[in-house]
Amino acid sequence: MKFAVIVFPGSNCDMDLFHAIEAGLKEEVDYVFHTETNLENYDAVLLPGGFSYGDYLRSGAIASFSNVMESVKQFAESGKPVLGICNGFQVLLETGLLPGAMKRNEALKFICRPVELTVENNETFFTTSYDLHAKVNVPIAHAEGNYECDQETLKRLEQNNQIVFRYVNNPNGSVSDIAGIVNEKGNVLGMMPHPERAVDEILGSADGLKLFQSMLTNWREHHVITS
Amino acid sequence: MIKKRGAKVMIKVKVYVTLKAGVLDPQGKAIEQALEAMDVDNVEGMRVGKYMEFNLEPKANQSVDEQVTYMCEQLLSNPVIEDYRYETEEVIVR
Repeated sequence: MKFAVIVFPGSNCDMDLFHAIEAGLKEEVDYVFHTETNLENYDAVLLPGGFSYGDYLRSGAIASFSNVMESVKQFAESGKPVLGICNGFQVLLETGLLPGAMKRNEALKFICRPVELTVENNETFFTTSYDLHAKVNVPIAHAEGNYECDQETLKRLEQNNQIVFRYVNNPNGSVSDIAGIVNEKGNVLGMMPHPERAVDEILGSADGLKLFQSMLTNWREHHVITS
Repeated sequence: MIKKRGAKVMIKVKVYVTLKAGVLDPQGKAIEQALEAMDVDNVEGMRVGKYMEFNLEPKANQSVDEQVTYMCEQLLSNPVIEDYRYETEEVIVR
């Protein structure tokens, strides 16, 4: 399975993601610059955390208009998996690939620490290696992770089982303790916590690795059936 | 307006972006608390927004409103949590 890690000016978790795929998952991975327009050779696209374009205007707002995002949209529309982590999640919200928006954390602080999440849906492309309602330990590192959406959107997210991760102790004020959501089709996941920083016990937790392992398992199953 | 040689008429656009009414504003709340600490105790409803201004060269085939609305809805504001309004005036730019 071949992964693309998109690199925007100001991305700073791209190397962590690259490492998680290369050393943790032991699969192929490339850095893909934001000026690139061809994603044909990839089986999954990963949008890393960081501060793309210095968080100017709104987190992720400028990045959502970069060249590569047109291709990421098409990639997502074709049903291929797209994962946005932290700033990557913010970019997915700004492009409209996922519903909602991010506000500053309730306490106005940049929060950087491990948090506990529950797996609310283990039937997505990204979460089949987890048990349902499993508690996982993954770090967060953000100042704008206060997820916001209107009541109607929240109802839709709940009805379609699109809420994938919830915080056990809400750190940032997110609506309904939301830490990660998928689109209706289930192939685009955005989450504020950083699974790529939790791929080895030496990092404090290896719980994040299962997310990438789920992607690999599901890709292989699909690949074997269709090829 | 009298146009001097080498000068052109542009539209000065002032855009105000604010959080929607129902959306809690943690920054506004913090500022209100700081004001209270300064013994200013008669302030309520503090909201923090953004102000942007730019000059727009008029186009023959598209109105200023159309252009500014497009910019505001696609990039300058996030319609999920923000509202926008704008003012325009003609200016002469050298």
